[in-house]
Amino acid sequence: MNRRHLLASFLTVLALAAAPWARGADEAPDVWIKRLSTEVLDTIKADKSLQSGNLPKVVALVDSKIMPNVDFQRMTASAAGPAWRKATPEQQKSLQDEFKILLVRTYAGALSQVGDQEIVLKPLRASAEDKEVVVRTEIRGRGEPVQLDYRLQKTPGQGAGWKIYDLNVMGVWLVETYRGQFAQEINSKGMDGLIAALAERNKANARKS
Amino acid sequence: MTTAARQIRFERTPRGWLMAACAAIVLLAGCATGPDANPRDPWEPMNRQVFAFNEAFDEVAFKPVAVAYTAVTPRLVRAGVTNFFNNLGDAWSLFNNVLQGKLQASVETYFRLTVNTFWGIGGVFDVATEIGVPAHPEDFGQTLGLWGLPTGPYLVLPFFGSSNVRDALATPADTFGYPVTLVNPVALRNSLAALNAVDKRANFLRAGDLLDESALDKYVFRRDAFLQKRRNDIYDGSPPPEDEDPTEPQNSSGKP
Repeated sequence: MNRRHLLASFLTVLALAAAPWARGADEAPDVWIKRLSTEVLDTIKADKSLQSGNLPKVVALVDSKIMPNVDFQRMTASAAGPAWRKATPEQQKSLQDEFKILLVRTYAGALSQVGDQEIVLKPLRASAEDKEVVVRTEIRGRGEPVQLDYRLQKTPGQGAGWKIYDLNVMGVWLVETYRGQFAQEINSKGMDGLIAALAERNKANARKS
Repeated sequence: MTTAARQIRFERTPRGWLMAACAAIVLLAGCATGPDANPRDPWEPMNRQVFAFNEAFDEVAFKPVAVAYTAVTPRLVRAGVTNFFNNLGDAWSLFNNVLQGKLQASVETYFRLTVNTFWGIGGVFDVATEIGVPAHPEDFGQTLGLWGLPTGPYLVLPFFGSSNVRDALATPADTFGYPVTLVNPVALRNSLAALNAVDKRANFLRAGDLLDESALDKYVFRRDAFLQKRRNDIYDGSPPPEDEDPTEPQNSSGKP
């Protein structure tokens, strides 16, 4: 009995010591999403200036907490379609920059709705070998629950974990929603035309606020 | 019965209907489409015209009324109005949940309806949500979708906005199935319908402005979001990948 107890303590210590490694490499994708989104939600709940959509503060939050977990290049490339590969590195960078400003501003505008919500995970349909998974969650608060799903890819290498490459709000995938609009601009005015249109949209939005 | 079996059974006759309806609309529109046309939106030129009309109407009439309504009505009253109409909507949802064979959703919707009507004083308070029984909104367009009727091309209806041929065919049923339509006298019915519409628009004011600001082309943005949302609704939040879905035309353009 005593020996078993000792073994249990030893294993516990071992598990604790290995935890930082386990977290990066083996954390289940849905557990990771829950941890990440709860962390971001708590940060917003604790900060009134974030809820009022203070843009510099929202940008700081996005850059520190969200962007490191997002493969934004893949998102932009996927929204741009086949034209992405023909674009120059400078064009690719400008497109990512303008697209990010557009999304962050929308995100900032939505933060005023944050209150006493919590994130609830829905059952994960994935096997341990999957390199890409969909994590389904629900934001529960007052009124109707809001569907919020993520597409994740496993980052190559040990201990690197997961990255988000698409987001679904109430049944609408972000990348697919921009794909049609991007294609239209690219077809009529080319990649530079798309970048200019995004920049114009961002300027108009900035004037309004 | 599997979904595939349902599709085979229902595809024969409704498809004929759909074709007839499409033919009529094409004749009305009389429009050709360019090479860049989205396969799901062959009537884009006509749709854009209706969209422009709806936008103009919203700008000069609908939105200002909704803004004024929000300004003069206390938040609690507005919540009561929303709950009241949602409760009426639950009645039609119950019918559609039954038609779709969703047992648990039907039972829960029935429970919501009784609890909210009696304890929520005619539906003004959403007691059911508070005690953890969520709504399962289903309309007849979703029922037809689940039964396997194809979506058909995207369609913008005057005043109603984004739709598709299937939903447009379901709109009369959805209108007549909604309990407000049964109200007599007509004046009261129209007032209720108007209040419902204004309340819905008012609830969408903030989100609507935000979405418009994040769009490069409002028309394409709303269309692509609507088509995804309707598919998502039919499959209750987890639609199959699109290339495995026989009820959807393939979107061959624009994919990387």
